[in-house]
Amino acid sequence: MAEYVLETRGLGIRFGGLKAASDVNIRIRKNQIYGLIGPNGAGKTTIFNMVTGVYTPTEGEILLDGVRINGLPQEKINHMGIARTFQNIRLFNNMTVVRNVMVGLHNDPRYRSGFFTSVFRLPKHFRVEEEMRSEAKKLLELFGLLEVRNELASNLPYGKQRKLEIARALATKPRLLLLDEPAAGMNPQETEELMDTIRKVRDKFDMTVLLIEHDMSLVSGICDSVTVLNFGTMLAQGDVETALSDPEVIRAYLGDDN
Amino acid sequence: MKRPAKNFQWKHFANYIVISVLLIFFAVSSMTGNLRSSGQYLLEKIGYSMILAVSLSMLVGFLGELSLGHAGFMCVGAYIGGKTAALLVPALGNGLPAFLIAMAAGGISAAVCGVIVGLPALRLKGDYLAIVTLAFGEIVRSLFLNSSPESFGGSLGLTTPRYDRNSLFIIAFVVVLLTLAAIQNLLRSRHGRAITAIRDSEIAARATGINVTRYKLMVFAMSAFFAGIAGVLYSYANQTVQSSKFGFNYSIEILVMVVLGGMGSINGSLIAAALITYLNVKLTKVLTGDLAVLQNLVYAVILIVIVIYGNAPFLAPLREKLDLGALLRRLTRRNADPAYRRDDEKSWARVPTKIKMDELLSIDTRPEDNRAVRLNGDKPGKGD
Amino acid sequence: MEMISTFLNGLSLGGVYAMIALGYTMVYGIAKMLNFAHGDIIMVGGYTILVFMNAAGNPILATALAVVFCVALGAAVERLAYKPLRGASPLAVLITAIGVSYLLQSLAQILFGSAAKMVSLPNLGAFPFAGIRVQGYTLLTLALSVAVMAALTAFIKFTKVGKAMLAVSEDRGAAQLMGINVNAIITLTFVIGSALAAIAGLCILMKAPSISSTFGSMPGIKAFTAAVIGGIGSIPGAMLGGILLGVVESFCNKVSAIAPYTDAIEFGILIVILLIRPTGFLGKKRREKV
Repeated sequence: MAEYVLETRGLGIRFGGLKAASDVNIRIRKNQIYGLIGPNGAGKTTIFNMVTGVYTPTEGEILLDGVRINGLPQEKINHMGIARTFQNIRLFNNMTVVRNVMVGLHNDPRYRSGFFTSVFRLPKHFRVEEEMRSEAKKLLELFGLLEVRNELASNLPYGKQRKLEIARALATKPRLLLLDEPAAGMNPQETEELMDTIRKVRDKFDMTVLLIEHDMSLVSGICDSVTVLNFGTMLAQGDVETALSDPEVIRAYLGDDN
Repeated sequence: MKRPAKNFQWKHFANYIVISVLLIFFAVSSMTGNLRSSGQYLLEKIGYSMILAVSLSMLVGFLGELSLGHAGFMCVGAYIGGKTAALLVPALGNGLPAFLIAMAAGGISAAVCGVIVGLPALRLKGDYLAIVTLAFGEIVRSLFLNSSPESFGGSLGLTTPRYDRNSLFIIAFVVVLLTLAAIQNLLRSRHGRAITAIRDSEIAARATGINVTRYKLMVFAMSAFFAGIAGVLYSYANQTVQSSKFGFNYSIEILVMVVLGGMGSINGSLIAAALITYLNVKLTKVLTGDLAVLQNLVYAVILIVIVIYGNAPFLAPLREKLDLGALLRRLTRRNADPAYRRDDEKSWARVPTKIKMDELLSIDTRPEDNRAVRLNGDKPGKGD
Repeated sequence: MEMISTFLNGLSLGGVYAMIALGYTMVYGIAKMLNFAHGDIIMVGGYTILVFMNAAGNPILATALAVVFCVALGAAVERLAYKPLRGASPLAVLITAIGVSYLLQSLAQILFGSAAKMVSLPNLGAFPFAGIRVQGYTLLTLALSVAVMAALTAFIKFTKVGKAMLAVSEDRGAAQLMGINVNAIITLTFVIGSALAAIAGLCILMKAPSISSTFGSMPGIKAFTAAVIGGIGSIPGAMLGGILLGVVESFCNKVSAIAPYTDAIEFGILIVILLIRPTGFLGKKRREKV
């Protein structure tokens, strides 16, 4: 076991002439809930996209438990143990809730079954389907989604869609969970609930969480450490209190006049 | 271990049953001499049209990739399968063994082409991919058209053996049933879930660990394989294979079947394929000479009207009011998509019946609906 | 010498492709749709020329009327078939466009029969040029296409409406907020594209004066190929792609061993280019938002 679950070293990316992120160094220990904050356009989602393989970094390294993962294909990175949610929710909208989670279970070695198993309906097919379904239901129960398991994902209310996305991500059995603005669009009560869920996920699944969030009550409520970004570079790092009182950070958020 | 019987639901097998019953009916009427050879030919035609429609439906309705070159795959199957049959028949006789080997040859060569066309699909989306498939169809056609007379007959076409007409239509429908079983079984499994997940959101599917490359190629290969099989049936039914038959217009005709049947609906495609093929043959008899075009005109109008009616944003209120489709869907579509099957049967009331077309071509059109909601919490740092 | 005449033929063919490709590329850039029926506008233009040549015998008048008629048709198709689908999915629009293409072809077949018809355009003769004789229609086609492309480029660059078109293709929503009438711009795009298609129809007829209902299909598909090669949505790209394709086609047709495979070669080039550089030579890369 490496010291950090996720470590980035001098991570950066440029799109043509535009430097979207540079020299980002983040270290996340096991079971931490780590926040990535900063004003809009600071490059937070870009970092998520590099860590999950959507973009290939042009500088630096990303290490997952000490193993370099930059440039690997997205599904490979997922198999290695990183799962994510999206800023603008991306569920499989035309599939039911339970099926969304079952897609997450797709690569579980216990449920491997080949093309011919399905086409010829070998006994294994039925067993695998049955087991996947029951495991998916267990996950849904944890998130209070069991009742709506047969609804279409697109018909769920917003808060439940967010939860479903987390459930689907967890179904892939990650070591590190990336949440992109999980509280966006939630009211204070829902946010409260979400914080609870995130803590529960960490404890129950022995999870490490990296999240992007604008809602400071959530960040200060559950994050152990944060990194503050602006214009693709790190402004401050450390525990929430210290990082947010950094004068650079205050200037970035409130502008120079203040 | 749980046995499958628990989940056995008749409606999942309705399409097999309907097709089998019809097949038995026609087989009996053929044996008793009540089915003329024109009727047999029509049934053969319906058979391979159904296979084409179902195979394209898997690609367009479930994987969400548009192909405008499906006739190209069929063309490969027809030529390779037809040639194989022509070579084998003198040695093996015109029977099932030669037929089966021709099927395998036609299907597999088409599947190889499917993989080749699928490769660009890994990088290209939507309109671009549509053009690649179109170009592929034209290339295939041109290669066979310019082949030497000894190999594939060149511009004169390839002469292929014909199967005994009294049994070919039966064989064709058995092949339809097998195709249906293979495609439906695949779609109603973890693989089908992965495929529909890619359709709904490729980005999310990748992030969820789905090997998009593998599944895209698999679906392209399988879709092409069955189109190739349909091509072999075509060569047996028509005795001659001419590349001019497999042009862009034919690809469009197959696409029309899929669209009319309802995207993402296997049964809809089957019905539309049978209907259009039947009308084609019947109308050709009524409308002779230049009037024959009237038929195309009608298809064109139907296609435009259906697509506009089904998709125009400003007609949405009207669509909701006149939801005649609901009944039809209940009859035809709810079995189709594994995504719609519910494990505990509750109500079907809100099951959508066709996938939203927006999600097919555009990469992800889901509006960023959190924007509006987020505005109040948008400037987080302030005051903290 | 042979080379020069092949090259000139290629250039003029390329000019025709470029004119058609401009229609595709502008519509794609501005309305974000693939107008499959564009090739059939060429066919309608060709038939209009046929009708008025038979009636009046004046090629200039016939071409002018063809342009007017195609413009009206293009605008009508846009308003009736595509506009209701604005905001709907690209696939729905694409399938509708395919339907329109079918519709125009079958209408033409009903009106004019399925047999090909000959159009009697005046013979322009041939002229000596650099030691070879060049056909008059080759020169006229070249002149027309150069004039059209220059005019279009100037229009886009220097007029307010042209800039509005660029703005709409860049960001439709923002253009609307700036007070640009997006619907009018889209219709205008179809109008320009249809006018170019009519002129292209004339050029094709000058070279091979026979027309049937599928008259526009092949040139249409080829020109679309050209638009993609050049980078769809890019106006200079369409010109470049058209000319490249025309020259390639012209040279392929000259070599008897590969002449039958000319179409296959062109489509092969298309596939290869899409694989290596999906945005074509001059197209802009659009990054997907995650």
